[in-house]
Amino acid sequence: MIHFESVTKTYPNQSRPALETVNLDVEKGEFVFLVGPSGSGKSTFLRLILREERPSDGRIYVAGRDLARLTNWKVPQLRRRIGCVFQDFRLLPTKNVYQNVAFALEVIGKPRRFIRKVVPEVIDLVGLEGKGDRMPDELSGGEQQRVAMARAFVNRPMILLADEPTGNIDPATSIGIMKVLDRINRTGTTVVMATHDAAIVDSMRKRVIELEYGKVVRDQSRGVYGQAY
Amino acid sequence: MRAQFVFGEVWVGLRRNLTMTVALIVVVAISLSLLGTGLLFVKQVDHTRSLWQSRLDLSVYLCSAVNPDQNCAKNGPVTQAEKAQIHHTLVSLPQVDHVWFQSQQQAYAQAKQLFANEPVMLSFVEPGDLPASFEVKMKNAQADAGPVTAAVLGQPGVDSVGDDGVILTKFYQLLDGARNAVIVVAIILIIAAILLVANTIRLSAFNRRRETAIMRLVGASNFYVQLPFLVEGMIAGLIGWLIATGLLAAAQAGLDGLQQYFPFPVALSTADLIEVVLVTMLIGLVLCGSTSFLTLRRYLRV
Repeated sequence: MIHFESVTKTYPNQSRPALETVNLDVEKGEFVFLVGPSGSGKSTFLRLILREERPSDGRIYVAGRDLARLTNWKVPQLRRRIGCVFQDFRLLPTKNVYQNVAFALEVIGKPRRFIRKVVPEVIDLVGLEGKGDRMPDELSGGEQQRVAMARAFVNRPMILLADEPTGNIDPATSIGIMKVLDRINRTGTTVVMATHDAAIVDSMRKRVIELEYGKVVRDQSRGVYGQAY
Repeated sequence: MRAQFVFGEVWVGLRRNLTMTVALIVVVAISLSLLGTGLLFVKQVDHTRSLWQSRLDLSVYLCSAVNPDQNCAKNGPVTQAEKAQIHHTLVSLPQVDHVWFQSQQQAYAQAKQLFANEPVMLSFVEPGDLPASFEVKMKNAQADAGPVTAAVLGQPGVDSVGDDGVILTKFYQLLDGARNAVIVVAIILIIAAILLVANTIRLSAFNRRRETAIMRLVGASNFYVQLPFLVEGMIAGLIGWLIATGLLAAAQAGLDGLQQYFPFPVALSTADLIEVVLVTMLIGLVLCGSTSFLTLRRYLRV
């Protein structure tokens, strides 16, 4: 599903690469934690998958496509197959829950009948039954993140990228968020989650990839946050 | 393609940006109507020019007994033979349509008519003072005046050649100057309009940066991301153009009203107005559309 072949990314005006000769594979349906201190290259990794950045060297394949050969006007097609969740939710404050989720489908030109059918389903899936007409500022942080997840998942992407989705949320609420991510993963969606949250990583026992100074220093199935046992 | 969605976004964009949109509409309206006025001016001058061109004469003034000018001082008043020679020269020129003779008495009668309101002026003039002349009608007054003048000037008995065109040329220079001034101001305003379009789109892009970021993230095509902005710019341009059209129609009606004071058929037709209005629409659309597009390329890189 995601394939990195000796990928190096150096940002302009920086001597140290953000990622350095990274080789790794993420299979379809996997759940992967991406851990490491700030500045270790987690966000760069996610941005490369979305093709918001291009690698300085190496090759990246996402959902069977060679990103180097992807023309600019085909990038939207790629992004329709990838859902994204962020630490800061990124909801539209002027739209209610239903409209926020529907927006993701409207802007890719889906018919209204289809939107009316799938949006309530996804809102239910993330556990926000009956809250479709709430505005974002009437919701708790955990609920807002659920809306963001509904928006990321509503188009049934093959990959869901989550950049510290529990970063702004207390531990108790985080468990609920992780349950939703797990539910999404069980539908066959590949999930890549960058996080600092050791408790969550330890409790889920999924594959863990640790980055340090742009290099993969650990890749462990059923791993934990800290150093390997 | 979800038209309702796109227009919903456009409406929100226009409303959030209301002051900027209004400024844009006003500037587009004024610059387009000034440009249109300039174009109407050009047409009016063309109409007038072609009307007068067909009425222009050359007057070949002949020496009279009282004429003190250099040419005549040598030879004295024109003789019958010289007169016949001048007439012959004129009618044999290919540019000349026809020639007729105006005697001193006729010239005096015409002067009496022209200066009927100025008896003081007339009191200084006596029938013998005004020279006789050959009045020459040319096939193409503008082009032919030069060669015809050259052919007869200096011939014995010829005093000087008067070209009506010279007077009109000054008049035309005035009109052309006014027209150029209008067009220069219009161009300056159009530059202001272009900058305003760019700024409005930029502001609009900034206002909608959250929406745009999400659209890019969920894979909206460039077309979908940019369309609301393009349509926004176009709608503002279009409203500006409609106002300009109204102003131009009013201007033409005003000019038409003035026509009744002149006995000459030089009024602009409705076809002229429509042509000018269509040209301004084209300029407005190209201007707003291309500026929006270029600004978007700069600020909404996907």
